[in-house]
Amino acid sequence: MSTAVQAPSARQRKKAASFDPNPAKAGWLTKLVLLLLCVLWLTPTIGTFITSFRTLDDSNTSGWWTVLWTPSAWSSMTLDNYTQAINGSNMGNALINSFAIALPATFIPILVAAFAAYAFTFMEFKGRDVLFLTIVAMLVVPNYVALVPMLKIYGALGMNGTFAAVWLAHIGFGMSLAIYILRNYMATLPKTVIESAKIDGASHFQTFYKLVLPMSVPALASFAIFQFLWVWNDLLVALVFVGPGENEPVTIGLTHLRGQLGQGWNLTMAGGFLSMIVPIIVFLALQRYFVRGMTAGAVKG
Amino acid sequence: MLLEKFGVAVLTVLAGIGAALLLFWLLNKLAELMPSKWEERIKPFFYILPAYLAVIIYLIYPAIQTVVDSFRDSTSTTFVGFENYSRLLASSGFRSTLFNTLLWILIVPAATVILGLAVAVLADRLKPQSEKLAKTIIFMPMAISMVGAATIWRFVYAAMPEGQPQIGLLNAMWTGLGGSPVAWIQQNTLHLNSLLLMVVLLWSQVGFSMVLLSAAVKGVPGDTLEAARIDGATERQIFFQVVVPQIKGTIITVFITVTISVMKIFDIVYVLTNGNFNTNVVGNEFFNQLNTNFNNGAASAIVVLLMLAVVPIMWYQVRHFKAEEANG
Repeated sequence: MSTAVQAPSARQRKKAASFDPNPAKAGWLTKLVLLLLCVLWLTPTIGTFITSFRTLDDSNTSGWWTVLWTPSAWSSMTLDNYTQAINGSNMGNALINSFAIALPATFIPILVAAFAAYAFTFMEFKGRDVLFLTIVAMLVVPNYVALVPMLKIYGALGMNGTFAAVWLAHIGFGMSLAIYILRNYMATLPKTVIESAKIDGASHFQTFYKLVLPMSVPALASFAIFQFLWVWNDLLVALVFVGPGENEPVTIGLTHLRGQLGQGWNLTMAGGFLSMIVPIIVFLALQRYFVRGMTAGAVKG
Repeated sequence: MLLEKFGVAVLTVLAGIGAALLLFWLLNKLAELMPSKWEERIKPFFYILPAYLAVIIYLIYPAIQTVVDSFRDSTSTTFVGFENYSRLLASSGFRSTLFNTLLWILIVPAATVILGLAVAVLADRLKPQSEKLAKTIIFMPMAISMVGAATIWRFVYAAMPEGQPQIGLLNAMWTGLGGSPVAWIQQNTLHLNSLLLMVVLLWSQVGFSMVLLSAAVKGVPGDTLEAARIDGATERQIFFQVVVPQIKGTIITVFITVTISVMKIFDIVYVLTNGNFNTNVVGNEFFNQLNTNFNNGAASAIVVLLMLAVVPIMWYQVRHFKAEEANG
């Protein structure tokens, strides 16, 4: 890094201010540190991926990294672990269960939250600020608070062990975040458009679904991705309300595979990879919206 | 059978959205039937009612009920006063659980912010394409569940008996350097195993911290950096005296978010040790009280302690929001 001070020419200054605010360039040390970090971050996942294709004997008697320099080991790679995880260890069923929980928990709250966010943004009413601040406060409340009382209520209703018990709970837990993200986004929409709609005689209902809802799609997508990943990856709520068994999602399924270590790491890693593949695809495909949701101030308790 | 389940899930989604639409349409009609003075007054409440009901049913009511249950016995039938609390706080096991949780709170949020900021600032100097690649690699573990992350790292920490080839990466390196294999997650000298568990959370959360902080760093106005450079400030001075003060808000946001997730950390400990070898934390103890001991009273008392710890954060959050609204 050069720290020599020169009075920059007018042209340089203009370029620096308008084009590149950070003229510091990566030296070899920066590159080396970043490379090391990236390798460190990737290695555990690569190990998982490779091990999931190895045979029981191979994975128990040699490290997965040996595969990288023994081409002969490549021919013994197999998909058996995946077949066994899906058919023999319930992971196939668990994958479907995860969808059955995550899809309703993701899509049903969106409209409900959007209506509330619309009211908080574009309508004047008594107690609006207090009601919204309550939502902000609820953001950081850990969902642990709901588990003991809801377990009793669900028990009385005979709902324990059902998908609805879990996705309803996730709708409740995600609602404050949804309202918060959507309201903050709607507050940035041009007020003039909404006002001119009002002058043209549009009702709130029409303004909402013809104007505000379509304009809020990026924020709706941010929340949806957040909620989907959160629900798909949740273990605690699923353990408490569904528990192991016929209706278990992949996160619970994976904890059983951990218990079957006698069968070796190869099966565990295949199961692990199955549980990760959906969120990773969603994440990579929609990373942009995810980042936007995060920078919009997504704090979740 | 599987297809049927999937079909039911899709139908549930459609029915749920349809029901919500119908509900709002009905509420809206109901409001319109009223005299217009009342219509304007009642409509906002109709719009927020369904969302608020969800929050009341799943957060506000249970929070109150949990406080009540924490003063009742294990089956929530008779009042026992502060017995749940006194019994918990008197047990040395729970005290070390609290201490371990405190260690997590002291170490993980700070480490996450520092590492995330380091990656954000360093990657900012790369060419755009390499920057994007590096960030995606660091960010990706965020998509992986804590159970998945814990399973991956359990394999890294795996130990085989001495003399056999080590299949866990850490032991392979350790024995490669001449050591004898170590069952890492059982080593609680100086809380080594707790630290190894924290590594898993760091691995998964640094990406989150990096993305937020990177956006903030890029948002620092170029002319403030320029001015500092003209005044002869070193890169180090620029970073600590110009950049850091301007991204303080984001640093605090990341710190708070990670602190909250650390306070209720459960999955990683549950999968890697289930709280054995002196690694127990509050979240795992809650689950054990609820699911293994069937002690609703103790479980509720733990949640109340957790809620008390969250109150200052909540207070800060509300104040911060108010200040931001006033500025915007």
